[in-house]
Amino acid sequence: MKDMGQGFVTPDGRRIGGPVMEVKNITLRFGGVTALSDISFDIREGEVRAIIGPNGAGKSSMLNVINGFYHPQEGEVWFRGQKRGPMKPHQIAHQGIARTFQNIALFKGMSTLDNIMSGRLTKMKASMFSQAYWFGAAEREETEHREAVERIIDFLEIQAIRKTPVGRLPYGLQKRVELGRALAAEPSLLLLDEPMAGMNVEEKEDMSRFILDVNDEFGTTIALIEHDMGVVMDISDRVVVLDYGRKIGDGPPDEVRNDQAVIDAYLGVPHE
Amino acid sequence: MFYREAGDFKTSYPADAATFPIAFDRWRYFLVIGFAFLVVPFIINDYWEKAILLPFLIYALAAIGLNILTGYCGQVSLGTGGFMACGAFACYKLMTAFPDLNIFFIILLSGGITACVGLLFGLPSLRIKGFYLAVATLAAQFFLVWLFNKVPWFYNYSATGQITAPERTIFGVAVTGPESPAWATYLFCLVFVFVFAWVARNLTRGRNGREWMAIRDMDIAAEIIGVNPLKAKLTAFAVSSFYVGLAGALFFSVYLGAAEVGEAFNIDKSFLVLFMIIIGGLGSIFGSFVGAAFMVLLPVLLKNTLVGSLGWPSDLAQHLQLLIVGLLIVGFLIVEPHGLAQLWRLAKEKLRLWPFPH
Repeated sequence: MKDMGQGFVTPDGRRIGGPVMEVKNITLRFGGVTALSDISFDIREGEVRAIIGPNGAGKSSMLNVINGFYHPQEGEVWFRGQKRGPMKPHQIAHQGIARTFQNIALFKGMSTLDNIMSGRLTKMKASMFSQAYWFGAAEREETEHREAVERIIDFLEIQAIRKTPVGRLPYGLQKRVELGRALAAEPSLLLLDEPMAGMNVEEKEDMSRFILDVNDEFGTTIALIEHDMGVVMDISDRVVVLDYGRKIGDGPPDEVRNDQAVIDAYLGVPHE
Repeated sequence: MFYREAGDFKTSYPADAATFPIAFDRWRYFLVIGFAFLVVPFIINDYWEKAILLPFLIYALAAIGLNILTGYCGQVSLGTGGFMACGAFACYKLMTAFPDLNIFFIILLSGGITACVGLLFGLPSLRIKGFYLAVATLAAQFFLVWLFNKVPWFYNYSATGQITAPERTIFGVAVTGPESPAWATYLFCLVFVFVFAWVARNLTRGRNGREWMAIRDMDIAAEIIGVNPLKAKLTAFAVSSFYVGLAGALFFSVYLGAAEVGEAFNIDKSFLVLFMIIIGGLGSIFGSFVGAAFMVLLPVLLKNTLVGSLGWPSDLAQHLQLLIVGLLIVGFLIVEPHGLAQLWRLAKEKLRLWPFPH
């Protein structure tokens, strides 16, 4: 690993660029509870960045800050070299940040296809009047986006459940459809909140493969929260460790694994 | 046996996304449309027009409107009666203020005016949800009816407070007023219903429809994929009110001919249309038609069998109707919240595999 300022090359030969997302000195409070205090880290172009930590460490809060659900009391969020003002989540989606949720947040009343199609809403432009008439602009647009969505369906190997209402799908597949919906937006930064929670080993392997393929084939920058340390150490390029809302470690997996503060946090040394 | 997908291969995405992907469905649909346009006008009489076909068509339009808001976008509304009144009074004012303007455009404009009013009453939906929103729309219902009752300008200072539709013609044939022939009023309403049901189908299958359904199913996830909740909810309110306004305008000008706001557009109307979409099917255009047909036909059917055939007193039949509707609402909410349309869909799914289900 060399030249941290301009980017680096991973052991498996992928080039990691400059920072896409930088959070600087984020402090987030809910009433008297400080969920995040003075957190700073960056996410670089093309990397897989893991955020780990024990329960209640503030990992999900961090993602919620990044995609605009929470507005921190202090600190700054920089995206693509620009400081971000107060923005709504849907505006941030338009900037190219997509995410999945810890508890599946699919649209239960819609089919797999419609769910993934809805991921492309940010790219659809046809006016209401052309949609009311349908033939022409609206139908062309629909077909064009359908083609893109079919590529994602192929990629995730979910062709068979295209027309199935997502409520009927097993858990593992629902997680996959949710990933598909996030991918459909062709995000430059993809946030995954526990993409492998509640999965068996086989499903975890599938999901890991998809995450690595997304990163490799589409060059998507990924930030993920995960509890399975084996997975985290295997697929991530750099890891940031949170505990009780503070950052206690940051670096490549091997470095973090041997860090005394991280070991303490996971093994439960009493906090002073 | 002939209800098969096998061998019916789709070779393009538009064909795959068609409204009626199965050939048999498509032909049946064309047959019904053809029958409604080419046969019914020749055999229609005054009883069928006044008792069944006009109310069915007009309520179907209102039900589609409410379904867009409640079934597709998930925003409960009890203001349908008020918005229908708004369409009716807009229609009346436009008819009397611009006697030369074609009634066709007047009806469309009434829908547009109602859409603006609906937009205004949709604003609270950004802050409140569920029951609380239902109460806010209830306020719209009572406020609008009160307004049209209290401000004489709306009913042109007539002594009775009633509004009466003057005669208006299209291609020289009267479609409003007491002299209008049954086939003309029927065709006039049918054209509106046909065109706007098709428009509703198009809106709900494209970008707008997905935005609405995303808000309905999970508003947080909708925001994360880039749906602006403000825009999605307000467009749903506007489009929905447009439909309800059209229905109100047609209800007053073509069907009733004369109306008194507290009687024709009271809270009962709101509930009636809500029952239609619950029984017919939330989130289904077809369900809106089924629900409207059901609620229009049920009283007629009960009256004919109980009073006509069995000789029961008519007040008993009326109370029985309330009882049946109430039971059905409770039943549908528990057993099949997606209504008759879902039952129909399930039947079709079974039929596709019949007689070899495995």
